[in-house]
Amino acid sequence: MIRTCPARSPLAHVVPAAAVIACLGSSALARSDDASPEEIGLKIALEARERGDGFGNFTARQTMLLRNKQGRESRRQLRVRVLEVPGDGDKSMFVFDEPRDVKGTAFLIHSHRDKADDQWLYLPALKRVKRISSSNRSGSFMGSEFAYEDMSAQEVERFSYRYLRDEPCGELTCTVSERVPVDRKSGYRRQLVWQDKDEFRVWKVEYYDRKDSHLKTLTLGNYQQYLDRYWQAGEMTMVNHLTGKSTVLTWTEYEFRTRLNDRDFTRTGLQRVR
Amino acid sequence: MPHRLVFRCARFFTAGLLLPVCAGGLPAEIVRHETSGRVSFESRWHPQSAAYAGQRSHAGGVVFEPEFYLEDHGGRSFNLAPFYRHDAGDPDRTHFDLREAYLLLYGDAANSEWELRLGVDRVFWGVTESRHLVNIVNQIDLVEHPYKEPKLGQPMAHLTFSGDWGTAEVFGLTYHRGRTFPGRSGRLRFPFVVDNDKVTYESDAKQWHLDLAGRYSRSFGPLDLGMSVFDGTSRDPFLIPDPDRSGEPALVPYYEQIRQFGLDAQLTAGSWLFKLEAIRRNGARNLLGVEEDYSASTFGGEYTFYSVSGSAVDLTLLSEWNYDGRRQYATNIFQNDFFLGARIAFNDVQSTEILASILRDADSSGQVLTLELNRRISDQWSLRLEAIALRGIQEVDLTYLTRRDSFVELNLIYNF
Repeated sequence: MIRTCPARSPLAHVVPAAAVIACLGSSALARSDDASPEEIGLKIALEARERGDGFGNFTARQTMLLRNKQGRESRRQLRVRVLEVPGDGDKSMFVFDEPRDVKGTAFLIHSHRDKADDQWLYLPALKRVKRISSSNRSGSFMGSEFAYEDMSAQEVERFSYRYLRDEPCGELTCTVSERVPVDRKSGYRRQLVWQDKDEFRVWKVEYYDRKDSHLKTLTLGNYQQYLDRYWQAGEMTMVNHLTGKSTVLTWTEYEFRTRLNDRDFTRTGLQRVR
Repeated sequence: MPHRLVFRCARFFTAGLLLPVCAGGLPAEIVRHETSGRVSFESRWHPQSAAYAGQRSHAGGVVFEPEFYLEDHGGRSFNLAPFYRHDAGDPDRTHFDLREAYLLLYGDAANSEWELRLGVDRVFWGVTESRHLVNIVNQIDLVEHPYKEPKLGQPMAHLTFSGDWGTAEVFGLTYHRGRTFPGRSGRLRFPFVVDNDKVTYESDAKQWHLDLAGRYSRSFGPLDLGMSVFDGTSRDPFLIPDPDRSGEPALVPYYEQIRQFGLDAQLTAGSWLFKLEAIRRNGARNLLGVEEDYSASTFGGEYTFYSVSGSAVDLTLLSEWNYDGRRQYATNIFQNDFFLGARIAFNDVQSTEILASILRDADSSGQVLTLELNRRISDQWSLRLEAIALRGIQEVDLTYLTRRDSFVELNLIYNF
């Protein structure tokens, strides 16, 4: 599940604003005299998380288009299921459809706010469920430019924040914040996040590696609103500036509040997935 | 003969197919159906001359493994996965199997959930890599691979309950599958061919003895625990010398009634995985043909270095020790063997992966060296290369029987 903003739910960066702005007008937030940049940054993150609350669960389809420097393309197709867990990180599942040699392979994550995630891998050829280490934060997800840590929940607690400035982004105005991963295993030293002040949607993230060079840039677009509340990007493009490779991730067939429940996110449920 | 093999299995397949159909019919109102699978073209070459008369040095074959899936509106589903291998060199390696044909139902029961699988299925228990000690439900399809223990389909009723208290599973196993063995022209066999037509059983019910199995598993944070029990017809045959019709020496499989208790555990701690499997088996014969209760275990761990020196490559080091309390009278090659391995995952677009390992017999210093390479060529095609070398194998080691059967194998796989 791609979560590009500091939020407990993948949709937390995407919430309507009307009611919220009344109590936390974003301009007031940025101008607040007695709040430090760190406090403002954290406030934005917490606000975004609160706005994503209550989605329950959803399913969607992801298509990843991997492109190398020479323009050669390769495609990945997967189905995603996410279950909201009140008070803790979400449970998510990825099921691969393409490439065909990994068809049916499924990946289950129980993310947590205060400790390491639990992860399992289901290998259909062996009918085997393997509990796997969640220490692999910076590795590539399926050969794409998205790292595992980009794909897993961006819990608020996993970063420290600093609000930097306001800046126009297209027709909107964005806050620019810096967030620093708490986890030493993270491949990033810091990230810069652009979020619009109306809806708290993330439009851009810049990733800086451990040597503080600008490694990757993620741009998001094609936002759509679901259940009259939750905003979700339909397209995410990750460009690696060091290698010239890129990955375009497209989201389709969103369905919210499906029949999914807790039992679909267990070891037994993982073996049932097709 | 392939035809004879197909015929022999016909009764079992009929049972496997009828069971789910009778139990609930094919799901009505299909909302999802899928066809997938793979065709694999295989070539296996043995560089050393054969130890026994009639054995060939090259095996070529094709494996066809389609999979069909149906799901109805209520989430009920039916899986069908037949398997067919054609081997150009060894008629006994040519075989058909029904890997899966089951109906799957599930639902809620108070605070727990239940799941029922009826039909032919494969079940995997365990955590270790070099050997799958507790994994007893399915028979080994030995002609497929000498060490990897691929499994034949097993007719069963498999009921699962799970909740916060853990997962409890019970299995009723309704038909015994005999282990497959290479024929006269095949490599990786005993000096004498195994004659599966003359199979005998300790139970009067023969292959129709109802075998029972159960497993309870639970996670305590980073620790996963599983306890299992199996009561019924052994999956490991005891081989009795018995001349065939033409008077040539041959072996006849005999399957005892056994009871086995199993324990498996894994501790996931950062980049470390610690693993243990242990069994206690009663009622089986040892290599001398004497009934001997015994314990066996496999334990060890693996550690992964992620993104080695800033690259995308992950390196995993594995180490396991296999022990069988019967030692020199053990009926397998793992009586006291040390396993060391390295897995390199390149995490590239082609998912290139290399696995190299050594299994070293601590009693006789014989070694089984393995090298495996997997790589995707396109969205549909993938490539697999495997080499197994047997080195310094002593006469006391069971591997001695196959000491000249090192091989290199190339697989070209079409996935659809």
